Amino acid sequence: MGLATCGIAAGGDRVYTALEAAIRERGLDVRLAKVGCIGYCREEPLVNIQIPGKPLVILHRVTEEDTAAILDAVADGDVPREKALCQIDTWDPLVGDPLTFGIGFKDIPRYEEIPYFAPQKKIVLRDAGLTNPEDIEEYIAVGGYRALHKALTQMTPEAVIDEVIASGLRGRGGAGFPTGMKWNFTKKEKSLQKYIICNADEGDPGAYMNRNEMESDPHMILEGMLIGAYAIGAREGIIYVRSEYPLAIERLTKAMDEARAHGLLGKDIFGSGFSFELTLAEGAGAFVCGEETALIASIEGKTGRPRPRPPFPAQKGLWGMPTNINNVETWTNIPVIIQKGGGWFAGIGAEKNSGTKVYSLVGEVDRVGLVEVPLGTPIQTLVYDIGNGGIDGREIKAVQTGGPSGGCIPASLFDTPMDYEHLTAVGSIMGSGGVVVMDETTSMVDTARFFIGFTNEESCGKCVPCREGLKHMLMILDKILSGKATQSDLDLLKELSGIIKKTSLCGLGQTAPNPVLTTLKYFKNEYDAYLKGAK
Amino acid sequence: MSPETLDAILERYDRNPAQLIPILQDVQAEENYLPREALEAISEKLDIPLVRIYSVATFYKAFSLEPRGKHIIQVCMGTACHVRGAPRILDKMVRDLGVQPGATTKDMEFTLETVNCLGACALGPIVVVDGEYHGQMTSPKWDKIYKTLKKAEG
Ligand SMILES: Cc1cc2nc3c(=O)[nH]c(=O)nc-3n(C[C@H](O)[C@H](O)[C@H](O)COP(=O)(O)O)c2cc1C
Ligand code: FES
Repeated sequence: MGLATCGIAAGGDRVYTALEAAIRERGLDVRLAKVGCIGYCREEPLVNIQIPGKPLVILHRVTEEDTAAILDAVADGDVPREKALCQIDTWDPLVGDPLTFGIGFKDIPRYEEIPYFAPQKKIVLRDAGLTNPEDIEEYIAVGGYRALHKALTQMTPEAVIDEVIASGLRGRGGAGFPTGMKWNFTKKEKSLQKYIICNADEGDPGAYMNRNEMESDPHMILEGMLIGAYAIGAREGIIYVRSEYPLAIERLTKAMDEARAHGLLGKDIFGSGFSFELTLAEGAGAFVCGEETALIASIEGKTGRPRPRPPFPAQKGLWGMPTNINNVETWTNIPVIIQKGGGWFAGIGAEKNSGTKVYSLVGEVDRVGLVEVPLGTPIQTLVYDIGNGGIDGREIKAVQTGGPSGGCIPASLFDTPMDYEHLTAVGSIMGSGGVVVMDETTSMVDTARFFIGFTNEESCGKCVPCREGLKHMLMILDKILSGKATQSDLDLLKELSGIIKKTSLCGLGQTAPNPVLTTLKYFKNEYDAYLKGAK
Repeated sequence: MSPETLDAILERYDRNPAQLIPILQDVQAEENYLPREALEAISEKLDIPLVRIYSVATFYKAFSLEPRGKHIIQVCMGTACHVRGAPRILDKMVRDLGVQPGATTKDMEFTLETVNCLGACALGPIVVVDGEYHGQMTSPKWDKIYKTLKKAEG
């Protein structure tokens, strides 16, 4: 049973309870377990059925009323056809031996044939929706912690960093800074104490990749951090999770307890002499705390306001000690890089953009969900091939990428490859991976106002351009929306945007005008239509 | 909050002033909000200036300095929920409950709050009622929830 937050919101927990009761009542020899989320959120609740010797079958849109039919079929070694979405006969967990489920059910489409899955490439989410995130044994069974064993017993810290550099992995938290190089900064600092941090603040409203990575496969994050700590020379780590994600916190905590019980956290791991301790800190509802210096202040128990860099966290981070921060998804990429090699990883994706990226494809798109594709995949593949275009055949107008720091990209530019450089070139950014689709019914001016409303609310108030400038932009946007604005207001809006971008202290202010600038650039006609006397 | 309960929370964090945020989170989990007396007691026991505690408590949105209602209704105002009509649902809730977001009804039954993305964007608009997620919220769906909650109060 797929039980991440989205599956639960779709009613999956009620199906789970119904199945549990019915299995008990009938005295069936069926093992019911939780798995994470395979990402096809529109089709939830999802139930995987695995009959020994037969392919794994994914059932979709399951309700409590379906439990009888499901169990009738399973008791006969079968699955209810009308609920079957697809079948999986073999699966490659990449770091472990390929899984062979079995053959049969010729009439059920194969996973690779489903348009939603076909263009995807699962590296980060390879276990999501297939293994039980609350059971370390399942993670180990699909090759989990082998990369850690390899790093600790066969590689020097320098060799680990070289492998990460060779992979070309770039940070998935937004800016895309090369991860191996970043690790080297902290490694080279001379200090008795160093920290590593996992940034799981996922502040972009409309993005939930990190939530699923934590809820579906928490051990992959732990393993990535352990390998990173060994390479960098850190003995303590912290995972900073936003408090809006209670299930992620619960599963990470469980994963840390299990890892500790298995000797994978604590002293002398694998008898290598390497020791590492990990704790979890909870955010308290502040977007700006995703910024690294604010995040550190928050862990220290202070108000989370960014401070100017340098000094960078690599020199003076948590408690003044050298600190390396990476995003959840960055950490999850590490085990596979170590196990399969940096060269293997570099062969996936595009020039200077190796690997895959997980996106949350949401908004006014037909097939919503979490998708993982190689970097460099064009926007249209996401929106049309995977997403199947607009809801009820409505026309799609634009996508918004990068969250409040990103921009709106019009449909005419949907052949743009999604990688760090190309998205920046069209005025948006990669950001953390939120892709919000807007159709013909969405007002772009209202969208721009939404984001400025958000960043204005979330500005920490420390620097003037961000605090006062955004407030002014919001006033102008409201004036435009109420039909009272003139051309000079539009000019002022543009001018303010430029000033805020140039003079703000942190990334929040430096990027906050992007949604306005891109909509002004690509959808100027919508602004004009609101101007005084236009109607 | 009884001094024993507060002491138990402080002990959980070794009376470490750096753990102020988790301490406040635990106090709020216990009391539903941050009572002034509790903040004063923390200030005294951990030797943290009261103004610092207040600056932390007001900076983070998760903290409430006012008592909250018996039922907590959180409406997601994230991007995905926004484009799918969350503002209209919120407007309706404001009218039905007669309070603005962030406020509590006079009878202390309901607190209406907005949040930035609960990570279930695919099922937006999302509303969480007393910790339970409701996806694809519509006006009729909300009417039903509201009626059930009111009936439970009798
Ligand atoms: C306003 C603001 C919010 C941010 N929010 C996040 C966030 O939610 N998650 C994240 O990983 N990085 C966020 N970042 C980026 C972090 O500062 C940092 O660059 C990142 O955690 C580095 O990890 P990476 O190298 O793995 O990408 C934010 C930056 C800014 C300026
Ligand atoms: S935007 Fe509402 S759950 Fe993400």
